[in-house]
Amino acid sequence: MKKTHIVLLVVIAMAIGALTMVSADFSTYDTISSAREKQGKFVHLIASVDKTVPFDYDPAKNPNYLGFSVVDSLGGKTKVIYHNTKPTDLEKSDRVVLKGRMEGDVFQCSEILLKCPSKYKDDKKELEKTVANKNY
Amino acid sequence: MQFEGEHLLVGQLGHFFVLLSFTASLLATIGYFIASRKVDALEKSSWIRFARINFIIETVAVLATFSCIFYICSHHYLEYLYAYKHTSKELEFKYLLACIWEDQGGSFLLWTIWHCVLGIFLIIKSKDWEAPVLTVVSFAQVFLAMMIMGVYIFDIKIGNSPFVLTRDEINGPIFSMPQYLSLIKDGIGLNVLLRNYWMVIHPPILFLGFASTIVPFAFAYAGIQTKRFGEWVKPALPYTLFSATVLGVGIMMGAKWAYESLSFGGYWAWDPVENASLVPWLIMIAGLHTMVIYKATTHSLRASYVFMILAFLFILYSTFLTRTGILGDTSVHAFTEAGKAMNVLILTFVGVFAGLSILLFSINFTKIPADQKEETTDAREFWMFIGSLIFFLSAMFIIAKTSVPVFNEVFGTHWAPPEDIEFGYNKVLILVVIIIGILTAVTQYLKYKNTPASSFLKKLIIPTVIALVVTILLYTFYPITYIKQGSGFLIAIYIALFATIYSFIANAGYIWSGLNGNLKAAGGSVAHLGFALMLVGMLISSGNKKIISEDKFKNFMIPMGIDPLTKQADNPLENLNLLRDVPTGMGPYMVTYYGDSNATEKGRHYYHLLFERKDTATNELKESFVVNPDVYLMKNNNMSSNPDTKHYLTHDVFTYISYTLDPDQNKDTAQFKLREVAVGDTLFYSKGFMVLNSIEKNPAQNKFNIVPNGAMLMAHITIHGPDSMKYASTPVIMVDSFGINQIDDTVYAQNLFLKFAGVSDNHKVRIGVKESDKMIDFVTVKAYVFPYINLVWIGLVVMAMGLLMSVRKRAKLSSGSSAFVLIVIAIALFYMFLFAH
Repeated sequence: MKKTHIVLLVVIAMAIGALTMVSADFSTYDTISSAREKQGKFVHLIASVDKTVPFDYDPAKNPNYLGFSVVDSLGGKTKVIYHNTKPTDLEKSDRVVLKGRMEGDVFQCSEILLKCPSKYKDDKKELEKTVANKNY
Repeated sequence: MQFEGEHLLVGQLGHFFVLLSFTASLLATIGYFIASRKVDALEKSSWIRFARINFIIETVAVLATFSCIFYICSHHYLEYLYAYKHTSKELEFKYLLACIWEDQGGSFLLWTIWHCVLGIFLIIKSKDWEAPVLTVVSFAQVFLAMMIMGVYIFDIKIGNSPFVLTRDEINGPIFSMPQYLSLIKDGIGLNVLLRNYWMVIHPPILFLGFASTIVPFAFAYAGIQTKRFGEWVKPALPYTLFSATVLGVGIMMGAKWAYESLSFGGYWAWDPVENASLVPWLIMIAGLHTMVIYKATTHSLRASYVFMILAFLFILYSTFLTRTGILGDTSVHAFTEAGKAMNVLILTFVGVFAGLSILLFSINFTKIPADQKEETTDAREFWMFIGSLIFFLSAMFIIAKTSVPVFNEVFGTHWAPPEDIEFGYNKVLILVVIIIGILTAVTQYLKYKNTPASSFLKKLIIPTVIALVVTILLYTFYPITYIKQGSGFLIAIYIALFATIYSFIANAGYIWSGLNGNLKAAGGSVAHLGFALMLVGMLISSGNKKIISEDKFKNFMIPMGIDPLTKQADNPLENLNLLRDVPTGMGPYMVTYYGDSNATEKGRHYYHLLFERKDTATNELKESFVVNPDVYLMKNNNMSSNPDTKHYLTHDVFTYISYTLDPDQNKDTAQFKLREVAVGDTLFYSKGFMVLNSIEKNPAQNKFNIVPNGAMLMAHITIHGPDSMKYASTPVIMVDSFGINQIDDTVYAQNLFLKFAGVSDNHKVRIGVKESDKMIDFVTVKAYVFPYINLVWIGLVVMAMGLLMSVRKRAKLSSGSSAFVLIVIAIALFYMFLFAH
């Protein structure tokens, strides 16, 4: 067998290996109701914070416990528990991506992704707001 | 309407220079292209002269454009959107530069400037390669100039001009007033995350790295264009080495910056933006090795073409990834989307270069000579090629994973990233580290073509044994404690540690046994040794990274996600509350939050934390230091937390504020209640009682460090809190020429404020007691210990020096002055990465 064939075989083997690892490695974006059906499975939830329900966060007592509610565009609703400090802009955000698992009726969240306003500094609407706030 | 106070000339001038640079680079491209196809020497040189003049005009125009932007920013001409968006008057001078490359346009301009500098250098140095090489550079310049052109052609907007006016871009009633400029007081300013000296250094270096990848790409084109298919490798090699150095250092500067000022708790997060610049570097390194193989053996020429073309194309692809907003939520620090027209332009830039270069390469593929002779498995080139292939495959793996949002966009799928993004990369790359470690250790000892087995084994046996012993010693005395991903991964870490230590020792040994200590020729070994050291540092500092701020009050333990591999629960309870003035145990330290202060920038607030470590037996103070992490409340009420790190030679203690009270929402509304007491009397408050011990007249010392110029009385009060804690408090009253002055004392631990309100008859004094209804002053912090992280930075600098030593050797710069330059760069890099905190 030629050396180049060995190389080729190694490459193919590694590519297959990598591909299987990658494919086993993805999660999904879900709605609240579809996440309910996948109890205990790691999912990404796209939802918005339900501002009618007060936040359950008392950092002086326990900085690592945050409870709040979210709703999604299909009208699903769930309580979320997040064992970490409250992201500073959570109240202000309109859309959040929550990573975690549905356990019973509660979504056990391991990470919250916010649309960070600083990233949208260049956004014209944002600038217009800034101009308006500054001068009037 | 006539607007007052605007300075429109500089913007018009700047825009003119942008258009000039576009035209000149277009003409230079055409000139160089025609010149490269002319056979007649006279015609060729006249075309080259024409193209050169245009390239120089372009360079001047680009520098002038930059000067115009700098002028606008440094004079805070807020009528320009650029100045309005990026500058503010409190910005220090050094950040004026930073605010130029904060913008999309500014960073494109930086890239363009480096192309110009490299182009001028190539005009001087590349001799008969000039025409084809500069065709490519100039052609790229055409596209880069378009990015900041801001001109409409048939209703299609080409690029975003940095010279647009605020009033044209933003709607607002004030822009209909002639005197609107007098109403806008200041610009928005530089994002606080970017206010760091790395923001001044990192982008220029990284963009030099980006820009320099075009040189080997252009040489590869020149090889095909001139049909001197193999000759380009030799002149391109020093540039490739240079590019690998600068890109590598630039990436790690970003890593160091992230480590120092971002609160994600590390220097590398496999963020798409980081990956996008790492991938071209990996391909560059692969190509570098195949070029060396070709020079030594005439093997691997086609591979060199492929790698050099792809390295540049992936630079363009990374531009596409980071600047079109396609990464969306998956990246924390991508640029913002700059509009659809801009996205199309960037895509065209990538598409044109990718299409043309791949087409040209495939047409000429069969003409590129390939050595049909079989490589033997004991030849150095064979294993070097395997190593290159591994680098290339790992690059493909990283970019495939990073491009998931692109697949989603193209095929309409909804794949989301996995739960543990970092582990998704780490579990594959740990294997890469093992293979590369062993290959870099062994391959140097092989000779090109074939190797006598006996001498090879004899030389290699000592480093192998030493590496094994060191790994075993490490396992025994300093074990890795990273069990989160299971014991399989822990074993992989140990194998990787062995491989990298092996590589370090074998390469150090090779300088003596293989090169007889000839340092001039040792560039490769030094670079490998540095790379191995960097990997050792990464393995140890990540493997033994410790979170010392774990909360001891775990009364809310609710089953969290169970890790599929380890079947262990994740523990995110990593934040710890520090009450003001109450020492709290954290790892080996007692930590006290003892104060806070405002910074010069509005909205920036520092918290002072005292770390103390006492000997458990003797109670003797072993270690004591203060860190000052800060929190910055930005103008859009977005909070940003910046860590502070105590650096030691062997480890870093890294701390940041993860939660703090909003001072506006935490106002104190409680009132003082006045009580009349005599010395010895007891007062009660809600949690306990206090005793007035004595009244001291004109005390020699007071904790407020005030020198009285009148009469001063100080009350000594002992507070007996719940659980029999005692606190001392000394409120003061002063009477001097300014009147009566009371200095209240605060007992943060009890949320108690004491005031010496005055003296009444019959030897009684009035003491004001306030129990605040304000929340107890506290901060929530997260703290890590990173052991041996300095190995990462030292390894990086050593690797960079090794690469530069190779540049010196390959470019035949053996003079003493080049050695001096090398030493200066080494000192500068060591200073930047290890001492300039």
